[in-house]
Amino acid sequence: MAEQLYQRDVYGQALVKLGASDKNIVVLDADLSSSTRTNLFAKQFPDRFFNFGVAEQNMIATAAGLASCGKTVFLSTFAVFAAGRAWDQVRVSLSYNNFNVKIVATHAGITVGPDGASHQALEDIALMRVLANMNIIIPGDGPQTEDAIMAAAQHAGPFYIRLGRSKVATLENKGEFKFGKAQLLTQGNDVTIVACGMMVAQALGAVKNLAAKGINARLINLHTIRPIDSEIILKAARETKLIIACEEHNIFGGLASSIDEVVAENFPVKVIRVGVRNRFGQSGEPDELLKEYNLTSLDIEKAVLSNISVR
Amino acid sequence: MSNKLTTEELVVQARQIRRLIIQMLAEAGSGHPGGSLSATDLITALYFNVLRFNPADSQWPERDRFHMSKGHCCPLWYAVLAQTGYFPKEKLFTLRKLGSMLQGHPDRKTPGVESASGSLGQGLSIALGMSLAAKVDKKDYRVYVLLGDGELQEGSVWEAAMACAHFSCSNICAILDANGCQIDGRCEDIMGLEPLAAKWQAFGWHVIEINGHDMQQILAAYDQAKTIKDKPTIIIARTVKGKGVSFMEGVVGFHGRAPTAEEAKKALEELA
Repeated sequence: MAEQLYQRDVYGQALVKLGASDKNIVVLDADLSSSTRTNLFAKQFPDRFFNFGVAEQNMIATAAGLASCGKTVFLSTFAVFAAGRAWDQVRVSLSYNNFNVKIVATHAGITVGPDGASHQALEDIALMRVLANMNIIIPGDGPQTEDAIMAAAQHAGPFYIRLGRSKVATLENKGEFKFGKAQLLTQGNDVTIVACGMMVAQALGAVKNLAAKGINARLINLHTIRPIDSEIILKAARETKLIIACEEHNIFGGLASSIDEVVAENFPVKVIRVGVRNRFGQSGEPDELLKEYNLTSLDIEKAVLSNISVR
Repeated sequence: MSNKLTTEELVVQARQIRRLIIQMLAEAGSGHPGGSLSATDLITALYFNVLRFNPADSQWPERDRFHMSKGHCCPLWYAVLAQTGYFPKEKLFTLRKLGSMLQGHPDRKTPGVESASGSLGQGLSIALGMSLAAKVDKKDYRVYVLLGDGELQEGSVWEAAMACAHFSCSNICAILDANGCQIDGRCEDIMGLEPLAAKWQAFGWHVIEINGHDMQQILAAYDQAKTIKDKPTIIIARTVKGKGVSFMEGVVGFHGRAPTAEEAKKALEELA
């Protein structure tokens, strides 16, 4: 059994590390610091932590003011609020200014679970992806969350980092993390599966099942959505002619759309979307919801099997 | 600025800045004269007699910060920046033209502009961030932000108002250009804002109410704001939209319409 970690625990610990080595780091939250785990930083560095209460718009524009004075700002709230509630502040005050602010959004996707649709961000990748200057990382597991946070701290400019609520299995042998460079997790030339976030583990399950059926699937962990690694996607398109795009997000505007844009312009191949198909979420346990919304390794396997023959 | 102007000199400078606003808007063919003219006396006094800055080093860490939250009034800001030496006056006539450093709404490519604005309701939060940065860095610079009254209809302004008081940001001085007008008409007809002073007091602010065209009152208000040590200050400046040009004063239509060549000529005669 692989190690299981909360990405947000890793995030909180990474912030403490960063805060100790860089006095310029300031952290903001909007009344969710115990859930997002920014409370770990708050405890260590109370003078550099500000809680804005339930007021995300103010928090995000305030981050811009801090950044204008040279601060590196990390701010957190749930993904629905970070990307949705304060989108205009993200657009004008952060992205347009190209300020050094890192939005670390937790509780993204359907696996938020029992809180239901209002709290399950299925649109946030789309909302952030359309903004010029914005960088987006969706780490595939716990340890990669630290890599993502460190990369965001090192690279100037606005970032959106998407984390889940539930524990995620730690991926083995994924190699070094490089911002902007996707990771090839398994070799194979029959089909390519591209996934991000907690869907990477589901995809890995599908790859194993497919291997037992004699199908060699290439698995790519597309942890950086922007800037996108076009090279690895086009190579996969040329060599496998079929891509299955897996994301814990609506099928519109997210990872699948990012891949579509790359292949459509350069080397069109079939891209099958495994994602939430134009629905809102609902209450339920994460495992139940993954089944209900067809986001399991079995669903990925089915998507491969029903498309690989017709190519 | 090191050499302060007398109130008479400030009045002369403000007139010159109003002339530049008219000239640059006429040249641009679009833009917002009304709110630029109503805030001219406030911002002229601020830059010439109050604000600590160095045009030769726009990123000087100790500088006082100014942010224009009502970004559509940037013609005023640009004219003041040119008059205080941030860039040559000729640049003003590139306003709103392709490739210009003087965009239709503030952009960081203009020397002296700290942050973009234009989408209303975000500037007080930006000022709050600047204020908190001073707190973290233990610096003594002050933060000035110009708000419009119509802008106060944005709920996010009140989120920021609450937070500035909560964090006891006494280094913040907000300047409210209360000209009483917005695009669709009089503020009180579109979405009533009064009683302004009571609202800000209730949010924990020190409130100073003045005539925003009286230089002595303006300077006294800035002085008083510096003495307030436990809370943020807002100067509610009662102003006249389009101030200084008779046919623009109080006329809602000049919120977002540039003067024609003929109107500009007439306006410049009045401002001679």
